[in-house]
Amino acid sequence: MKIAQGGTLLVNDVSTSRDKQMANSSAGAFFVRAGGVGVIALAVVGIFLWLGGWFSPHKLTPARFTDVFEQTFGVHSGFRRNHAKGVCVTGFFESNGKGTRLSKAQIFKPGRFPVIGRFSIGGGDPYGADSPDAVRAIGLQFSQPDGEKWRTAMVSLPVFPFKDPQGFYDNMVASLPDPNTHKPDPEKMKAFLANHPETLRAFGIIKSQPLPTGFDNSTFYSLNAFRLVDANGTSIPVRWTLVPVQPFVAADPTAPHTDKNYLFDGLIASIHQHPLQWRLMLIIGQPGDSTNDPSSPWPNTREQVDAGTLTVDTLESEATSPTRDINFDPMVLPAGIAPSDDPFLSARSAVYSQSFTRRAGEKKEPSAITLSEVQK
Amino acid sequence: MNSPISTNPQQFPGSMRLLHWLMAALVLTMLCIGVAMVASLYDYHQLVSIHRPLGMLILLLVVIRYINRRLHQLPPFPSNFPPSERFVATASEILLYSLLFLIPFIGWGMLSAARYPIVMFGSFHLFPILPHNVMLYAFLRKTHTILAYVLFFAFAAHFSAVLFHTWVLRDRLFDRMAPWKARVR
Repeated sequence: MKIAQGGTLLVNDVSTSRDKQMANSSAGAFFVRAGGVGVIALAVVGIFLWLGGWFSPHKLTPARFTDVFEQTFGVHSGFRRNHAKGVCVTGFFESNGKGTRLSKAQIFKPGRFPVIGRFSIGGGDPYGADSPDAVRAIGLQFSQPDGEKWRTAMVSLPVFPFKDPQGFYDNMVASLPDPNTHKPDPEKMKAFLANHPETLRAFGIIKSQPLPTGFDNSTFYSLNAFRLVDANGTSIPVRWTLVPVQPFVAADPTAPHTDKNYLFDGLIASIHQHPLQWRLMLIIGQPGDSTNDPSSPWPNTREQVDAGTLTVDTLESEATSPTRDINFDPMVLPAGIAPSDDPFLSARSAVYSQSFTRRAGEKKEPSAITLSEVQK
Repeated sequence: MNSPISTNPQQFPGSMRLLHWLMAALVLTMLCIGVAMVASLYDYHQLVSIHRPLGMLILLLVVIRYINRRLHQLPPFPSNFPPSERFVATASEILLYSLLFLIPFIGWGMLSAARYPIVMFGSFHLFPILPHNVMLYAFLRKTHTILAYVLFFAFAAHFSAVLFHTWVLRDRLFDRMAPWKARVR
């Protein structure tokens, strides 16, 4: 038998057998080393599972964030976990070219770009009743000729009531019904607000603004800050709004509404009369304007660039529109529009993705706003 | 015995070893990014932005690696390998190659079926390879995760087996795939 240095046996030696190899070192050393292999293997598996959050039951993950929406609104098969009730539209964006000095994105070059979108109201109940103070939202996908997409999900709130994702989550947890009383515990909400002055401040701003009657005369806000990147690579902070061309009419909050879909029916009726239009305003942030806190408003005096007009002219029910099956992930951005340092952006992307994946595999129940409703 | 500087017939060819170690580093990084990103709120976007192009790089490399493998003569099994271990080694090689191809390919397919833009870097993105179908997306999304866990545990078994051979049995199995030129024994 040929023996190399250190007493190890040769791989090539045909006379080598497993038993002889084992006998070559003492049984004790063999088991110590075999145990060492086991410990290392367990450590490798442990590190991997730790990275995946398996040992962090209290970490705020996209799954836990989505769970609290399901706890609040229930699970409605096939629907978005938030902004569940909606109707789909198509139209186009006519860019006037004024955005090109701020961003190299094709969407700001003069021209007409196809858009698909979805109007919705806040909350996870797809059949809930519309109300004057419902948060209205629009999800949009702009298509550039180069194939890049720009998706944005905007709401009718001038500021967001929470400064970070943890605050949003904690507020939802504080609003959950108590298991004994089946009602939210007012003490929990009081405690939340005591620790979140920004939420009270934001609600103050939101309530100071009169509510519009419908979707058609609502202004929609990007909420989060982004960055516009020009052809030289220079970037500036931006928030954007969609300002309705339709005249503002203040809602009468005391007026009774017998139609539980009155906001959507109003939208459908107005689109059947004439296309609806919004101006896309790019609001340029200045040093000192918060880019990582959507609860912090920017001064009204900031420069606003009118980049073009969104026209919405065709309606579709969720059953037939591709927008039902699109995730309006706010991080789907073309080159020339970049994320800011707002932690909400990654968090929205993660939670939207989780919600999308859950509903994607579920049976699709009919939307409250049906095809016949849309054609009325 | 041959001179120590001559080619070691027990060692895999240099190109195969290079691809093995390059992919080992990329795939391990990829598995860690993948498992961490799905549990992450704040780093999700950053991690996904690395995950997508890295997956496509792995898909490209595994195709190159498979072709390269077919072009080369492989060293024979170590003579101390009983038939059962030869079977396990061959089966695990087929499993690993299949997973390394399937997981990124399914990733590409699932993004296609969901109509997510398949962004590589800057404004360069890949074309969709499947129709827009969210039920298909949901199935592929789940399959992607399950196969990635299978890959991780297959990696852990492969790593442990080599460690066991090299450190416990001391049969110098590691030398066959060592990134350096192993001494001929």
